[in-house]
Amino acid sequence: MSTPVEGSGPVNLDAGALRSRLAKYQSPAALKLYRVYEQNRQRLSKDDGAIAVKVPDSTATVPQPRGKPRLLLMGQRSVVFHKLPPSETLFLESTARIQKDSLNSFMEFQVWDFPGQIDIFDNPNFAFDMDAIFGEIGALIWVIDAQDDYLEAVRRLNTTILHLQRSYPHINIEVFIHKVDGLSDDYRLDIQRDITIRIQDELSDQGIENAPVNFHLTSIYNHSIFEAFSKVIQKLIPRLGQLEAMLTNLCRTCRFEKAYLFDVNTKIYIATDSTGPEDMASYEICSDFVDVIIDFTEVYGSWPRSREWRARLEGAPWHQPLEQQVACEWAESGMVLADARRPIMLREVDRFLALVAIMKEGSYEKMPQINMNVDVVVKGLTEFFEITKQKEVTGAGVGTGAVQAAQGGTVGPVGVQGE
Amino acid sequence: MEDHQQPPLSNPTIHRGRSDLDHESLSKLFGKLLNELTLTMSDFDAAMGASPAVPSGPDVLGLAAPHALKKVKKQKVLLMGKSGSGKSSMRSIIFSNYLARDTRRLGPTIDVDLSHVKFLGNLTLNLWDCGGQEAFMNNYLSQQRAHVFSNVGVLIYVFDIESREVERDLATYINIISALVQYSREAKVFVLIHKMDLIQPVTREDVFEKRAVLVKRKTAEAVAIMRKQQQHQQSQSPQSPSNPVLDIDLQLFATSIWDQSLYKAWASIIHDLVPNLSVIETQLASLGMAIDADEILLFERTSFLVVSKWTSREGERNPYGDRFERMSNILKSWKHTCSKYTGTPRNAEQFSEFEYKMGTTFSMFATKFTTNTYILVCMPPGEARFNAAKLNVAAARPWFKFLDGPVTVAHSAMSSHQQQHIPVGTPTSAVNSSNGNGGPSDSGTTVPEYFMANKDTVL
Ligand SMILES: Nc1nc2c(ncn2[C@@H]2O[C@H](COP(=O)(O)OP(=O)(O)OP(=O)(O)O)[C@@H](O)[C@H]2O)c(=O)[nH]1
Ligand SMILES: Nc1nc2c(ncn2[C@@H]2O[C@H](COP(=O)(O)OP(=O)(O)OP(=O)(O)O)[C@@H](O)[C@H]2O)c(=O)[nH]1
Ligand SMILES: [Mg+2]
Ligand SMILES: [Mg+2]
Repeated sequence: MSTPVEGSGPVNLDAGALRSRLAKYQSPAALKLYRVYEQNRQRLSKDDGAIAVKVPDSTATVPQPRGKPRLLLMGQRSVVFHKLPPSETLFLESTARIQKDSLNSFMEFQVWDFPGQIDIFDNPNFAFDMDAIFGEIGALIWVIDAQDDYLEAVRRLNTTILHLQRSYPHINIEVFIHKVDGLSDDYRLDIQRDITIRIQDELSDQGIENAPVNFHLTSIYNHSIFEAFSKVIQKLIPRLGQLEAMLTNLCRTCRFEKAYLFDVNTKIYIATDSTGPEDMASYEICSDFVDVIIDFTEVYGSWPRSREWRARLEGAPWHQPLEQQVACEWAESGMVLADARRPIMLREVDRFLALVAIMKEGSYEKMPQINMNVDVVVKGLTEFFEITKQKEVTGAGVGTGAVQAAQGGTVGPVGVQGE
Repeated sequence: MEDHQQPPLSNPTIHRGRSDLDHESLSKLFGKLLNELTLTMSDFDAAMGASPAVPSGPDVLGLAAPHALKKVKKQKVLLMGKSGSGKSSMRSIIFSNYLARDTRRLGPTIDVDLSHVKFLGNLTLNLWDCGGQEAFMNNYLSQQRAHVFSNVGVLIYVFDIESREVERDLATYINIISALVQYSREAKVFVLIHKMDLIQPVTREDVFEKRAVLVKRKTAEAVAIMRKQQQHQQSQSPQSPSNPVLDIDLQLFATSIWDQSLYKAWASIIHDLVPNLSVIETQLASLGMAIDADEILLFERTSFLVVSKWTSREGERNPYGDRFERMSNILKSWKHTCSKYTGTPRNAEQFSEFEYKMGTTFSMFATKFTTNTYILVCMPPGEARFNAAKLNVAAARPWFKFLDGPVTVAHSAMSSHQQQHIPVGTPTSAVNSSNGNGGPSDSGTTVPEYFMANKDTVL
């Protein structure tokens, strides 16, 4: 039923063989992995599930009852949140029980990976505490495998929506029509239309109108899955409008074409300016730029320099600690594209966030002024998030920020408080 | 324009690192730093007590005297191996900016696909991508034997690790080696054990080692036989000049088009072919020491293969041994991203300038260097150091001009004999290398001028 759009005939490999035979890549960020693309398309795995996203209550006066806010998910957790290249998802074990993880991201999430094969509303083997699961969440992401027969998945989604509408009507329901790689554009839209109708019909039969259900076409083989997650999470950010206004203002004063605030670990953008139209291409190049920076950071920034090295650099004729020799303690970068000399700039905001912007042609020469403006905005952003900074890890590798945390992946979560 | 002059938002305080500086005082400070820099560099040289730290006029370029710089070199490179082993794929990715996934569209090569790859200005690869289907192979070994195998500089032989017919593949390989030895006994041989991505990561090294041992043994056996034949022939006709003992320069690599291993293998192949390599290396080292870098990589513009590299003692402590091919891979896939974004062809120049400063850990920049190269410089942290390095790298360009072609070689090498012909802003004047004999290169006066001239572009 899938309509191939690219490539040749089927590859006769069964899934087990694939899992064991495929490569592990050394540089997830840099390598584009399309090798398994076709093979994957042949592999119709059961893939439906739910991801629930919870953000911290924005009113900090109310303490978090169970500590970390929760991100419950079934589906593409690994790809987005652990920065795995698509091919490595082939090595993922099927989720057999609820798995709980802490997520190293700009907001402190708890990740609950749900088995896709079980029905939480109707399963004698699992006694779920519905309030514990859904009481605090802001969104539920339901993943439907577009390459599989999705009727059953849609039926279960309908059941879930009906349950949630009764008890937790505030929850956004985000439907990811997933694995649309390998499907033609027309076919994608057909599927989306079909699923939408099936859900809406069912809901209005049950007397529910205007349920907050949204649809996204996604795939792990391009940026669409990140973009969809971005949209979902943005809806949950308190006072997103203010963030956007800050970025819009920055774009205007610095004549940026587009600015994104990235969560470096997940490459989700949590806000963008509202000047231009939505622009997938800009998101893609900025996101890839973050990848480049992460790679450079790993290779050159993740190992300690010797004491002699530092002593020499701080000795004659400089006579200054390195901290005073640099202009900015956070990572900052600029790349000038050859066509029209359009620069792209990146500036680390804190341990998790980076500002990435596409500038107007010829503006690279004005970098010093731009940097000053960016500094102001970064300060504003930091205030916005009121990040409680942990003490910097000392040693040669100081300046541990988002980009370093991203490649290391071992930095512990930092507390986040709403304003 | 105006709105750049004033702080953008209501917040009036601007913090830039630790110093509160407006634009004007920044430029003043920078002017000061530049003056300090002249001191710094000469102090540095003095401290090192070493020879001139930068390619400094005739001294260093003496190495690159006209007679020493070879003319354009043409190299015949044979690319052979069984059909479907991935020869055309590799070639297309390295030299024609294909993405790995694009190679699925390649059909089998019919006969020989001959291409002239211009690599740097002074090296042309005559790349013979030889279709690997049996009929073609037999043809190369028989009718076209002399045509195919004479004047070969390098043979790249590709084995598909997935192939089921290992013995047969090896037999064909030995036939090719025999033909090669017969017509081009000086040729180097690179064996690529390819499609390693299809092997489980944990066993990959093992599988490669085993296969490498096998290939080496077969090669050695074949060489032994050929030696015997050679001795036999010589004993038959003792008056013929005795050939040196036959041997084969063989190197093996594990490769895959899906990771950076491809760049490692091809960089090694290219490495030995690049003319004037020792000159490049010496000059890169001088540059690196002069600007106090931790690492410098020189990339060929299209393939992004590392042509040459220099690493400081501190840089040698970098635990990422695969970083050179990784950098090739990163920058090349970035180039593809850019091409998608800008809608310009992949082989077009995609970025001209890159800077990355990571607080007090390191800073780096990459930039177009000569017509045919990009340079990537990794520096210790520090604004002044960074800016000086950028200027000096720009100033060092003329000394690498010979990478762009033989004509320029002759020219730059000639003019280097006459000090006054050195263009303003050569490394000599730029970094005030202390060659101790006074004269024009005692650049107490030229340095500030040079830096002033360039100040605007820096700020
Ligand atoms: N073609 C294609 N394959 C995908 C995509 N996303 C995931 N896959 C593949 O689908 C398979 C299952 O992925 P998982 O993330 O483990 O699925 P899951 O929903 O968590 O499955 P359970 O844990 O069993 O519920 C893996 O082999 C992935 O490589 C996609 O966008 N396109
Ligand atoms: N998995 C994997 N596939 C590869 C690799 N390199 C090439 N291939 C695939 O192998 C197939 C054949 O590649 P070609 O480059 O056309 O093979 P060839 O050696 O030129 O074949 P002839 O021209 O017939 O001699 C293509 O579908 C490539 O995508 C690799 O490293 N790994
Ligand atoms: Mg799962
Ligand atoms: Mg071919």
